[in-house]
Amino acid sequence: MNTHPTIALGAARVGFRGRIHAIDAERGGAGLPAAELERRLIELGFVEGAAVELLHQGLFGGDPIAVRIAHTTIGLRRREAMAILVSAEI
Amino acid sequence: MSDVSPALPSPVIALVGNPNCGKTALFNALTGSRQKVANYPGVTVEKKVGPLVTPAGRTVRIVDLPGTYSLRARSPDEEITRDVVLGHAQKDVTPDLIVCVGDASNLRLALRLALELKQVGRPVMLSLNMMDIARRRGIEIDADRLSRELGVPVVSSVAVRRSGTDALLAEIDRQISKQQAAGTSEWRAPDAGALRGAQREADRILAAVVRGPGNPDSLTSRVDKILLHPVAGLIILLAILFVMFQAVFAWAEPGMDAIEAGFQWLGGLVEHLPLPDLVKSFLKDGLIGGVGSVIVFLPQIVILFFFILVLEDLGYMARAAFLMDRIMGGAGLHGRAFIPLLSSFACAIPGIMSTRVIDDRRDRLTTILVAPLMTCSARIPVYTLIIGAFIPAREVWGFVGLQGLVMFGLYTLGIVGALTVSFVIKRLIWQGKPGEPFMLELPDYKMPQARSLAIGLWTRAMIFLKRAGTIILSMMVLIWVLASFPQPPEGATDPAIDYSFAAMIGSAIQPLTAPLGFNWQINVALIPGMAAREVAVGSLGTIYAISGGEEAADQIGQALSSQWSLATALAFLAWYVFAPQCASTLAVIRRETGGWKWMWVTFFYMLALAYVAALVTYQVSRALGAG
Repeated sequence: MNTHPTIALGAARVGFRGRIHAIDAERGGAGLPAAELERRLIELGFVEGAAVELLHQGLFGGDPIAVRIAHTTIGLRRREAMAILVSAEI
Repeated sequence: MSDVSPALPSPVIALVGNPNCGKTALFNALTGSRQKVANYPGVTVEKKVGPLVTPAGRTVRIVDLPGTYSLRARSPDEEITRDVVLGHAQKDVTPDLIVCVGDASNLRLALRLALELKQVGRPVMLSLNMMDIARRRGIEIDADRLSRELGVPVVSSVAVRRSGTDALLAEIDRQISKQQAAGTSEWRAPDAGALRGAQREADRILAAVVRGPGNPDSLTSRVDKILLHPVAGLIILLAILFVMFQAVFAWAEPGMDAIEAGFQWLGGLVEHLPLPDLVKSFLKDGLIGGVGSVIVFLPQIVILFFFILVLEDLGYMARAAFLMDRIMGGAGLHGRAFIPLLSSFACAIPGIMSTRVIDDRRDRLTTILVAPLMTCSARIPVYTLIIGAFIPAREVWGFVGLQGLVMFGLYTLGIVGALTVSFVIKRLIWQGKPGEPFMLELPDYKMPQARSLAIGLWTRAMIFLKRAGTIILSMMVLIWVLASFPQPPEGATDPAIDYSFAAMIGSAIQPLTAPLGFNWQINVALIPGMAAREVAVGSLGTIYAISGGEEAADQIGQALSSQWSLATALAFLAWYVFAPQCASTLAVIRRETGGWKWMWVTFFYMLALAYVAALVTYQVSRALGAG
């Protein structure tokens, strides 16, 4: 297994590739209750072990971000993406 | 459920799937022009039902349901899907068979949804849609294995090809003929653990049955490098909007000229009929002139909807929402509000209805409140008339038409107004509470299909014409009555309309509108304009045609430019940017917000904005010498 440290996807740069290590919805800001945010992320395919790549970001504050997960591309804000813990792929 | 008599209603088949899975294209392919769409156009928000005769000769009814990732409804839109699937909605749409539609090249989330649908206890089948695109990309799916793993029948479909739905139809026949009764539903709103488990199961099945290139659509990736570029992407988005508005002006002209000529010819026919003058006047000025002056804008509406539908089908709308999210977020709006607000450029009614895609109540209310400020197509007639009459048709900077530029400015004013109002709403009413997160799938780009596009345009054109034929027509008749009665006394010297009800009403509110530079003719036109904005054009026509005789009727614009000052014209435009001049929009707001409160809030804030804007415009223009 890889020994890379986990970071939050919300703090990653464009071009980042890795796998989802955990979903910790408590870190995902105050927009939604944690349990609801977790379910929504899973419904869009963010589950542990899935491969992700950060493809694009917006002009202002690098927000929102476009993330490829498997064959789907999802746009979301960095604040919610902080709930997605990822480890970089070697 | 053993004996089905012909008297029983035809079986119902519900199409359920993720957003962007090509479900609506499939629905269009299955039902074609026989479908019944709800009253209002826009994104798929209403229940759509269409009949279909299967190869075995059975008549079934297909229901197209709003796209969803889960039955755990998070928005009013998804609640419809959940209620229909669970059989909690009206009896006539309770499904006898659920067809889960999945994009064959992007099955991961569809499989999880299929697993969830299986729990409902109704017969379920899976249709692998857009199979042609998947094959072209080298994706192979073992459908038999998938069917065994999922425990439901699996077929593939290509909505855009004539024989592409054969396998689906055959399977529908097979399923319906079994007459399976609905079992009891085991479905419970899943928690995170259950969702995770289901997605893992879906991933396991996916790995077992799908072979193909690991990398996603390379064309989409390449195009996104440009279209989602932080700077270039925004510039391209603005350019697209600009081209859209220029096209609405330029391309529509031949069609509008033809329609105009047609109605003039009709009016001319009436002249020669052996009828009393009053009846002739009613037919020519009230009926034909009134309806004609509204229908003439059909080409512009069709062109605008053409752009909106093409961008939607291409998959660009989600990108536009992505690019605009931060900018809209700064104004207190959700990125998803972009689509409803863009639809509001055509008409606020579909725009307000499509706010159902916004899950959060507060975000949704904010969007509803500002949607009527976006320049809807009903304002185009008014803008076109005034701009045509008062703004010279010359070019600035060598290539941009001044008239188009003024039009662009009016649109910009509406947008800036909407952003400002939503900013104020967020600060004052919601007091800066954080809103709903922006999470949106950015689908792979797809070529729009001519047939689907044609059905969409047709539906929208019909809705506009129906509106022109009902509300607007009756308003035109009303204004003709107001402008024609009471008739002038014997030997009267002033134009007939000066003795009418219209003049009385116009004069009565004159003191209120005098600071805006409005004369009584404008006041009269504003009243029926409440029914629908574009009616004001026809009203002005009626008023000036009646008061100015034959020549004025030919050219409303000419009449206006000789009777209004530039300051009045500009104040009238400013009024129209903000005024709550549309009773149907207000009615929809009342319905969508579930009460009168937000409707009145919208009405009064818009009225106040319009008054102030027109007042400032008139007074400033006069001070600058345009009085």
